[in-house]
Formats: sequence, C-alpha cells, structure tokens
Amino acid sequence: MIENIEYIAKLAKIKLSPDLVKILSQDLKRILEYIAILNELDTTQIPPTTHAIENKNVFRDDKSASSLDREEILKIAPNRKDNFFKVPKIIE
Amino acid sequence: MKEIFYCSIKELRKLLESKKITPTELIEIFKNRIENLDSKIKSFVRTNFERAFKEAQTKKEGKLAYIPFAVKDNICIKGEEITCCSKILKGFISPYDATVIERLKNEGAIIIGITNMDEFAFGSSTENSCYFPTHNPFDLERVPGGSSGGSAASVSAGFVPFALGSDTGGSIRQPASFCGVIGFKPTYGRVSRYGLIAFGSSLDQIGPITRTVQDCALILSIISGKDSKDSTSVEIEVPDFEEGLEKEIKGLKIGLPKEYFVAGIQEEVKEKVLEGVKILEKLGVSVKEISLPHTKYAIPAYYIVAPSEASSNLSRFDGVQYGLRKESADLAEMYEVTRADGFGLEAKRRILLGTFCLSSGFYEAYYLKGLKTRTLIKRDFESAFKEVSLIVTPTSPTPAFKIGEKIKDPLSMYLSDVFTVPVNLAGLPAISVPCGLSKENLPIGMQIIGPAFREDLILRLAFWFERETEFYKIRPRI
Amino acid sequence: MIDFEPVIGLEIHVQLKTKTKIFCSCLNEFTLEPNKNICPVCLGLPGVLPVLNKKAFRLALKAALALNCKINKNIVFDRKNYFYPDLPKNYQISEYFSPLGENGYLEIILKEDQIKKIRIKRIHLEEDAGKLIHTEKFSLIDYNRAGAPLIEIVTEPDIFSPDEAFKFLQQLKLLLQYLEVSDCDMEKGFLRCDANISVRKKGEAKLGVKTEIKNMNSFKAVKSALEYEFKRQVELLKENKEIIQETRLWDEAKQKTFSMRKKEEAHDYRYFPEPDLPVFTPQDEEIESIKSEIKELPLQKLLRFKSTFNLTLGEAEFLIQDREMAEFFEETAKNTSFVKDLYNLLKGPISEYLNQNKISFKQVKISSSNILKIIELKNKGKLNNIQVKEVLFGVLKENKSPEEIMREKGIEQISDESKLLQIVEDVMKRNLQACIDYKKGKKSAIMFLVGQVMKETRGKANPNLVREILERRLKNED
Repeated sequence: MIENIEYIAKLAKIKLSPDLVKILSQDLKRILEYIAILNELDTTQIPPTTHAIENKNVFRDDKSASSLDREEILKIAPNRKDNFFKVPKIIE
Repeated sequence: MKEIFYCSIKELRKLLESKKITPTELIEIFKNRIENLDSKIKSFVRTNFERAFKEAQTKKEGKLAYIPFAVKDNICIKGEEITCCSKILKGFISPYDATVIERLKNEGAIIIGITNMDEFAFGSSTENSCYFPTHNPFDLERVPGGSSGGSAASVSAGFVPFALGSDTGGSIRQPASFCGVIGFKPTYGRVSRYGLIAFGSSLDQIGPITRTVQDCALILSIISGKDSKDSTSVEIEVPDFEEGLEKEIKGLKIGLPKEYFVAGIQEEVKEKVLEGVKILEKLGVSVKEISLPHTKYAIPAYYIVAPSEASSNLSRFDGVQYGLRKESADLAEMYEVTRADGFGLEAKRRILLGTFCLSSGFYEAYYLKGLKTRTLIKRDFESAFKEVSLIVTPTSPTPAFKIGEKIKDPLSMYLSDVFTVPVNLAGLPAISVPCGLSKENLPIGMQIIGPAFREDLILRLAFWFERETEFYKIRPRI
Repeated sequence: MIDFEPVIGLEIHVQLKTKTKIFCSCLNEFTLEPNKNICPVCLGLPGVLPVLNKKAFRLALKAALALNCKINKNIVFDRKNYFYPDLPKNYQISEYFSPLGENGYLEIILKEDQIKKIRIKRIHLEEDAGKLIHTEKFSLIDYNRAGAPLIEIVTEPDIFSPDEAFKFLQQLKLLLQYLEVSDCDMEKGFLRCDANISVRKKGEAKLGVKTEIKNMNSFKAVKSALEYEFKRQVELLKENKEIIQETRLWDEAKQKTFSMRKKEEAHDYRYFPEPDLPVFTPQDEEIESIKSEIKELPLQKLLRFKSTFNLTLGEAEFLIQDREMAEFFEETAKNTSFVKDLYNLLKGPISEYLNQNKISFKQVKISSSNILKIIELKNKGKLNNIQVKEVLFGVLKENKSPEEIMREKGIEQISDESKLLQIVEDVMKRNLQACIDYKKGKKSAIMFLVGQVMKETRGKANPNLVREILERRLKNED
C-alpha cells in the first residue's frame, strides 16, 4: 500500500497540496485494494508480456537525415538564451 | 436526398468528382454546421477553417481528395497547437506531422479541426479535458464516452465524415458505441504510433471513427502499414480492406464469452447485442459460447500496466522545452510546480499510481504481476480463437451515462472499460458497431474482436451486419 | 599505508564511432554550435519513438566480443527514470536487466612479464544526455549530444592500484581504437570514467566501504584522484573513523576529492523494459561475422612484437599505440636486421614530424624501402643524426626518395678525414682555451670543440669521426 504518497509525488516531481495529499491517498488506496484481486492468481510460472505483438530486431541504417531547424523549437521554448534552452539554477 | 454532412466518404468523393459540389463549398457546409451546432456539443477544441479553405483551393489527388476530417488532440500535426487537452501542453506547436497525418494528407484529406479528449487520454467520458466536457449528440446531458469523445461526437453529429481517435483501453470503441458510430482499434503494430502522444506505449493504437464500415475500411487501408520511424510497427502486408467486405460470412464461427454477459451489464445492452447476434446467425454465422476465464483480472492488470507506462511517458512534460512553465527560483521547484499546475486531477492520479507500481520494492508485486496477468489474458484469446474466428461482445456495460455521474468515483469510471481493456492487453483488433438504441434512445454498441492482423474478417462481419440492420442510418436529433 | 590496499572498480562510458545518433538520424558529431544536430526524436518531443542504429549495435557487439563477454541471447532495452534537464524525456533508454554482454575480461600488461586479467562485469548500450552550462543563476542546455550512442563498460573491483587503473584505461582505449569502435578522445568527452574505490587491510577478503569518484577528465586525473582517495580513506581507517558511502567529485585544480554535500537520496530509477523497442536477438551468423572483423588486438600484437623483434616492453608499447605505425614497423622490420635503428627513427624524428604537423601515421606516405635506405646511409656514415632527420622530414613531406632529397638539399655527411682535418685544425686554433681545458682533464671540453666543427660544417661533419680526430690531435700535441 502507499504509505507515503509524498515520497511518490517527489519521485514524480509533482507538488501536492495537503488537500490533494488526502484525496489522492484515499483514491490510490481504493484503487490498490481493488487491484489486489490479482493476488488470487498464481503467476510464478508465467512469463511477463512486455510486447503484446512480438517484433524483433528492428533497426535503422547509420545514415543521416536533415535535422530540425533549431529555431522551430527554440521559438516555442518558455525560456531561452541565444541558441540554448534556459532553466533556473540547479541546486545540488 | 441525404444531407451532405451525413454522406459517407465514398458519396462525397462522387459528388466532388462529378463536380456537383466544389471543395470550397464542401468545407463551407461543414463549417456552417459546426458553427451552428458545436456550441451545444463542444466536440472541437480548435478549428482551422482558414487553413482548410486554403487547402481546398490547392490541387489535390488521392482517395480522400478534399475530404475534411477531425483529429484527436493527441496526434501531432505540423504547425498546429497540440495539447492532449492538458494545460501543461498549451503553446506546444508541433514541428512535425504524425505518420498517419502524413499518409492522410498524401491522399488529399483536409484537417478541419482538433477534437476534445480526456486529458492525455486518461478517462472514459471526455470530462477530464482541461477545456470543457463534450456532450453526447444523442443526449446533451450525457457524456460522449472517452477518451476520444470529441472525435466520436463530431462524426455522430455530422461535423466530419471521419475522425481519428486513439485507443489504449477502449478510447475509440467506447465513445463510438455511446455516439452511435463506428470505431476501430487496429492490431497493435498495424498503424504507426509515430506522432501519437504516448499514454500506454504497449497498448496505444490510432484508429478511425466513421459512420459506415466501408469508410472505416478505406481509412484503415490508408493509415495502416509498417513505418520505419516506429519500431513497434509490424512488417506485414496491408490488404485492401474495402475489397474483402462482401466476401462470404456463411459458416463463420463466432464466440460469445460468457464472462462478458454477466451481472453488471445493463439488461438492454445485453438484449440489443444478443438481438444483433441473432441477426448474424440468420446471415449464416454459427454462434457458440466460449470462455475467457481471466476477464475479471483485465482491469486490475490494465490499471497497473497503463499508468506505469504513462507515468514514464509523461515525465517529459516539465516546462523545460515547450508548454507550460511556472518560473521558479530553482529547477526542482520549477518541475514540481509546473507539473502540479499543468496536470489535472486524473492525470496526477495515474502518474502517482504508475510511479508507485514501478518503484523499488513494488515493481515485482505490481508491474511485473500486471505483465504476467497480461500473458494469461492473451492466452485466453489465443485458445478462444482456436475454436472461433471472431468474438462478439457488448462494447460497454451501459449506454452513455450522465455528465458528472461517474467523475467523482474513479474506480467506477475504470470499471466501465471492462469489455474493451482485455483487447488492448492482448494487442488484438476490434470494432464497435451500432446495434440499436436503448429505451431512452441512447446508442448501444456491439464489439467484434478478431485475431491479430485479421481486421479484414472483423470488417467483413461488420459490413454484413450493417447492411442487414441499417443502424448506421440513425441520427442524433441535435 | 603499507598495511592497506585499494580495491578499485571502473565505470567507463564510451561514445561510439557512428555517423548518426543511437535512436535517430541526427549527426553524431562533436560541434561547438549549440543545438545544431537535433530532431524531434532526440529532443524527446511528444509523440516520438526510438529506432536503433544498426551500426551502433554492431560496434557494441564488437566491443563486447573483444572483451570476451558472453552475449545475451535476448537483449532488452530498459528505461531509467530520473529528472534532469540534460535528459529530454526525463528517462534514459539504457539496458539494465538483460545487458548486451556480461562476464568478460580484458588482459592488461603491467610489467615486462606481468599480465593481469581484469574482469568485465557488463557492457551495455545506452543513449547519452545533452550538455549543460551552469551559471550562478541559471543553466543553459545544448542537446547536440543528447542521443549520442554510448556503451557503458563496468569492471569488477579487480584493480588494485591507481597505476593499474591508469594502465587499464590506456589499454582499454587502445583496444577500442583498434576495433574502430570509438576514437576515445577524452577531451571531446568520447570517453568518460567514474571510479569506485574501497580500502582494506592487505590479505583480507572482505571489501571495505566504497566511495564513487566523478569528474575526472583525463587518465592522469583518474590516477591522481584514486591516489588521493586511497590516502584519505586510509587516514580515516587509521583514526578508526567511519568511511561514508558517497559520491565525491575530483577537483583538478585543488587535486583533492570532496563530498557532493547534497542529501544522498538513493535514486529510485524505476527500471522497466522499454515498450517502444523490440527485443534484439543477435544470431550466431551475425556474431561470427562481427568476430571475423576483429583483427589482432593490441596486447597480442605487443607480445608478438616483443618476442619476434626482441623489443622491451616500453618499445613494444610505443609501437602499438598507432596501429598503422605498428603495421609499417612490422612490414619493414621483416626486411632488415637493423630493427633498433628502425625503432629509433619511428620513436624519434618520425614521431616528432607527426606531432609537429598534428597528423597521424596514417596520413603520411613513407615506404619501407625509403626508410631502410636512410638507415643504410646512416650506417654507412653518409648521414649523421641531424642529417638523418633532415632527409627524413624531406621524404615525409615531399614523398621523394632519400637520394633525391639529399641531392636537392646538398646533404651529405663529410666523412673524408682529409677534409675534416683542416677544419679541425682551424677550430682548434680559434679555441685554444678549450684545448687547454681538455688537456688539463676537462673531458667535456671536447664536446664543445666537436660542436664548433659541426657549426663550421653546418652539421654535415661526421661527429664521431670529428671527435676521433680531435682526440688524436690533442693527444699528439702533448
């Protein structure tokens, strides 16, 4: 069960207000209780399915194609400095 | 004389080719209808008639020349704002076209507008849009279904002859059934996902929403096929889906999974679907009861796997390159506040659920368990398809519910996906076709599921059913 | 310190020598222009999907095979989820559960006869992140490098001294260059190294607490950092203080490591298999074909040179640094007994020429016969060392024969005693003090006189002969 939704929110980088912490804790608790029905299934011998339709060995050739004109993406950037994207300082 | 806005694509092409109508006139007709009626339905979040008229004036060739269509707000169109109906993507102008958009443009089709959806496709009612809810054309107090509610409503209301939607757990089929139109989810890997803003990467597919089976087959033929930009798209021949529609269905064996006709399903839904099955029997199809024993584990498995993948897919929305940014003193703060402000409640719910299921200590019990359950569900279908060629079920346990009815209870909303979700987990193709109206005049949908890459078989059965029943002629009274 | 020994493991990231990035078709090149080589895929824009570069895959397999790794039958990519602005999707596509290669080793030569096996724990493919430029108030992001193809090589803690680590890195670099897997240019960031070090009492089997060291920008820095860290840990142990398991950064200017000071929250990367990529199953034929591309490796060549040509470790090490030079050496040495002379020319004037012109051996044209001719001329007394260099430079620059160069530049060593005698007499007359000094016992004075004769003859005199003549004359004068 989710003991600490605040830890999960930190991992997911979403700031939660105390109200939301309450609401989402309850929601998730209910959902996980419902999901617990899966414990009825013995899946120890069952392999997991990551891809429903199997595909293998898909490659592309090492050939170059024209790049994006950087202005197209920089022009919609929330913050930029010359030809860089700009973000606030990173506190280590 | 049928109104032009309810013509099929084939009929519109005939009118255009015979010059009974010009492309500009055609766009004008749809524009007028949308401007008159969409204020009630609110299927579109953005329209671009100016661009559409410009396109209508250029020389176009192809099977869809000058045919207008609508696109769900999670499929990238170059030069257009694409937001997944989320605050966090406001201002994102896509610098590229999704592969399906390229293919449709190559056949001459014209995008007329972008349709409403549940934010990031999280939902079954289109109530989770950051803009507004869409209203069901058959009953404005009810939901159109979701997450492709806008697309389904726009086709149902005669705003466009076809629209694109996306389906991760039923998001094309269920709104199609609520709005009385046809919705098709292809086999996973049949249609390129390049340009579809990902929700559940191993489950998502783009598909057409149309009013006739033939239109559906046409669109599917055009958008299907291997894409070198999508490593999950499969190298397999795309048949001409229209060609096979009239092939014989006598002797086809269909299965009715007993787990899909149990308690929880509204009596009328069961009634209408079984009536539909009787009609199929009359046409020469044989019916037998089958079992998909792990059905009840599909929703729990889905609500682990899909949110897990989504939580990772949505990590990129952080205010750095595009979209919403809440400027802050430091980066960590910027991430957290931007995402808190930009994501709606359901999005937050799913991201947190998914993050939890993948987190250290819980990965085996949740994510891996979900993937293993998926194997069992896939095997259920594989066994079933050894006995029958197609499987028929209701699309949804109920017809359209009222706006506001389920939104406060996420779990009850999730449970309404019970018949569609297993199909995504198994990667199979499926269609929803209208099979009648409830006493309250609400559309009911019948789902036909096929083996992997047998879209042709599904379309064939749907075509015969459509011809025999003519439910596709039912229009909402807007 | 004598009682303690360091236990070191290395984690090396190597940028592969491909034309394009790992999952998109952008150029994989080092450029100073920011955000030049970008596209929707490596930017991680909404809706994009990765497609694996075949060459990157082959190069990774090549490296893994050359490092004697067992190649996984099912190679699966996984997502490593964490937020950082140089990571466009806020997850990195890497390999965690089923890496490309495991349980290999690299043999390195430490001393004349000491070869040690360093075990390779794993090698896997992953995408690189972009670059950040930090200032006090903000950071700037350049995505040129985002999506560059990397292999990560992790050793077991088999390295027992900083010097061993240094040698390992040098020899690993040479191996990867021989394989043409990477240029390994640390200055361009093509090779990056992090180190783990713990300390234990000699003879103990149990490992101590390890610290991770980052930010070392050269092999020398790795060695210095490990030396510093070893000392630091030993001091702590001697004082019975605790060693904290942490990440420390190397400060090149201060020549010390320091703690990162941030709260060491263990990263929960929430690894899960990448749904957007299929499984990769290298077939036996492909593996064999890649294996056959692997020619003689540096260590093998070194050992062979040592024994075949009777070279010291240092001499052999020098020759194998440049594969083309090694091959030239071998080709030429076959046809002469003057192997040491050949070596000296390569080590001396030829290397000087290459360094001066900032080129590699591959870029000069020199034939075996030309260089053997020069050696012959020198041994016959026709060229002194200075003239050898002059002729050699001429041959390298103009691609002519030694004889032509000698003729053009009028180079010939004067070995005619009668000619030299006169000059010697003149020099002796003009430098009486030096003659006196020599006779008094200052033996080094003769070198001065030799130098004067060389000056007179503009370097053409045979210095040994000059010295002989001087010694005779000075003795005779007594």
